[in-house]
Amino acid sequence: MAVFQIQEQINRRLPESQLPILRMKAVTKKFSGVKVLQNVNIELYKGEVHALMGENGAGKSTLMKIMAGVYQPDGGTIEYKSQEVHWNNPMEARNKGISVIHQEISLSPNLSIGENIMMGTTFKKNRLGLINWNDIYENAAQVLKSIGSSLDPRAEVSTLSVAQQQMVEIARALSLNSEILIMDEPTASLTDKEIEKLFGIIEELRRKGVAIVYISHRMDEIFKISNRFTVLRDGHWVTSGPISDTNPENLVKLMVGRELNELFVRERIESIVRSEQKPVLELKNVSDKKYVKGISLKIYPGEIVGLAGLVGAGRTELVRTIFGLSELSEGQIILDGKPVHIKSPIDAIKLGIAHVPESRKEQGLLPNLSVKENILMAQLPTYRKFKLLQFKQMNRDADRYIKELGVRTASKDQNVMGLSGGNQQKVVIAKWLSIGPKILLLDEPTRGVDIGAKTEIHKIISRLAEQGLAVLMISSELPEVLGVSDRILVIHEGKLRAELSRNEATQEKIMYYATGEVKK
Amino acid sequence: MNTNLQMSSPSVVSFKEKSKQIFNQLGMVIILALLIIVMIIFAPNFTDSSNILNVLKQSSITAILAAGMTVVILTGGIDLSVGSTLALSGVISVLLSNAGIPPVIAMLVGVAVGYVAGAINGFLTAVTKLPAFIVTLGSMTYLRGLAYVITGGYPVVLASKQFKFIGAGEILGIPTPIYVMAIVYTIMLIVLKYTMFGRHVYAIGGNEEAAHLTGIKVKRTLINVYSISGLFAGVSGVVMAGRLFSGQPMVGIAFELDAIAAVVLGGTSFVGGRGRIQGTIIGVLIVAVLTNGMTLLNVDYYWQQVVKGIVIVIAVLLDRLRSRT
Repeated sequence: MAVFQIQEQINRRLPESQLPILRMKAVTKKFSGVKVLQNVNIELYKGEVHALMGENGAGKSTLMKIMAGVYQPDGGTIEYKSQEVHWNNPMEARNKGISVIHQEISLSPNLSIGENIMMGTTFKKNRLGLINWNDIYENAAQVLKSIGSSLDPRAEVSTLSVAQQQMVEIARALSLNSEILIMDEPTASLTDKEIEKLFGIIEELRRKGVAIVYISHRMDEIFKISNRFTVLRDGHWVTSGPISDTNPENLVKLMVGRELNELFVRERIESIVRSEQKPVLELKNVSDKKYVKGISLKIYPGEIVGLAGLVGAGRTELVRTIFGLSELSEGQIILDGKPVHIKSPIDAIKLGIAHVPESRKEQGLLPNLSVKENILMAQLPTYRKFKLLQFKQMNRDADRYIKELGVRTASKDQNVMGLSGGNQQKVVIAKWLSIGPKILLLDEPTRGVDIGAKTEIHKIISRLAEQGLAVLMISSELPEVLGVSDRILVIHEGKLRAELSRNEATQEKIMYYATGEVKK
Repeated sequence: MNTNLQMSSPSVVSFKEKSKQIFNQLGMVIILALLIIVMIIFAPNFTDSSNILNVLKQSSITAILAAGMTVVILTGGIDLSVGSTLALSGVISVLLSNAGIPPVIAMLVGVAVGYVAGAINGFLTAVTKLPAFIVTLGSMTYLRGLAYVITGGYPVVLASKQFKFIGAGEILGIPTPIYVMAIVYTIMLIVLKYTMFGRHVYAIGGNEEAAHLTGIKVKRTLINVYSISGLFAGVSGVVMAGRLFSGQPMVGIAFELDAIAAVVLGGTSFVGGRGRIQGTIIGVLIVAVLTNGMTLLNVDYYWQQVVKGIVIVIAVLLDRLRSRT
């Protein structure tokens, strides 16, 4: 309800200029054969704030990058100021007035504010052909002033707070006379006060006729500052329209409205009788230094607990804390009823905790080693006799895991990099099964995996749970969370917001809690 | 037809990979074979057994250093200090031997000096996370400095006959350093392929973070890796002293570069995670045969340098092509 009041307070007038400044039609983009965008349309008008909405992986970032010339579309057209354009690189788009403020700050920390702001422009030279520093600092100061900032252009960027750095980013975009400004989650690391200030600047820019594409997961922000919206889902364009025609509930529905029938759905298991069983893992008020704020939870043997939330909510950090990769600053981790101190992955593994990390390539696989060695690497000490590795036994066990998990590989001695994504992931899971774990932590276990392998991995996870393993699974794909989990925990900004049973959970409910909306 | 294709597709992939692997392994062997054939045809006396033993004896020092260097480079690191370690180990073992300590003990202390120098490199690299290049550049300088300090800058003449045997002796007509080299390579072959430490080296070199997440003791392994490099530098220092009948503080300058060149020529990737000890010995022999052949052919010494340098650049180029798979 509160949202609608805010809505009325704000002048909702639609932009007067009638021709769109940018029109993307039927834009399609593929990455290694997978369509991430299909026939996406979007129109931007001068003097509007356009909210780009969608779940993780809906294609927002890709669309934004195509707009800014980072990627080239595989199909469709881009019209800018009524002319068809092809950006070959971000520089071209920027010179024509399209700037991006990325989620991660992209300034050079060791250079001055002035240099950072003026970096995209041609530096003025003095008579000797050298850089005219005074000119740079004066121009930078002017741009800063235009957004009401009193930062000293001579100061080094590394001395600034995140919010101040964001000001510098905005100033840089303006120094290029941007007509379209794309902002990707600009408020993610700002305080409420800083957000207010940012909104003031956005409003000012809008009045000056800049078209702003605003990407955010925060519903209240969207309804506060945007004029129109576009929703993407699974790479498809869903709808666009004035923000006054919709409400948060409706928007969430548009974002998640997906069918579950394509995916694996775990058979309902008789709910575990909690009172009789002891939790294998219990967290009491666990915090790390930054991202995880006082989370308590219990996981029982044979149970799959889904951990839902937006990217950056602290899910990965929570799992990393359990595995001894981030420092526990507060709280207690209790394993089989006993408090434990986990200082490193080695400690965690000894206690029977396994962790399939988020990024298979960077964190999971041991490249150039064979499938066999990847599977058995965590368990090598047990294969030693007089310090030498016993290959016969290793071969036998590797074969067993390959068969058990259905890894499709030419042989156990094949280089692991030669396998498909899904099979690589099975190898990573096999590695952890080899230690005989009690707890399996999965971070996005099916990312970048095709649908067939996805289902297979879901079946493997379910089977492991049936055998008594406790599973904590992070996933950004709601159908996966709903299809596989017995229980779903939703995290928002480092805090546990909701615990939903399998029966009561829906995509809409999860999204509500994940975006921080409080449902009555 | 169709089903046939599908059936065979996995084995096609593995065949492709196999042939690539075979090329990676044999590529340098072929070059060595060609070099030998060229030398047999053009260089007089190349095939004399005395010449062949000479080639092996002369390459033994580089070979021993390169064995340690291979392990270091497999983890994605580098050890610039081996030439200086060689000098310090040689000087200390000769001084001890001359002071009346039994030669075997003196030699072992020399080797231990190398081990400690390597362990310090390893500690600094693994624990303080300083770049290996900087750490070993520093130790290259201070170890050499220590060798000068201890000797006052002058060579120390070696008295013990037993000590001389390790560098200049013969067993069954074959020079002792060749035995030392053979033992070092046999051990490293087994260590890298058949021990947990060896496989951890490959795992860390391929992806350090994944190795850490797998529960591998990355720091301890890295310390051991640099210790092994230092140990072998110590061994080669002792052998060198025996061969020269003296401990010389200025010996072994730029030897680390010869060792690195041999490792890269042998197909070990500079990025880490890929390579074999068998390749390194081929790399050592390529340089040795090239140098020996050019000498037999009366190629000017300065021109020999030019040719060797070009060969190293080509080797790095091959490394790039290899890692671009």
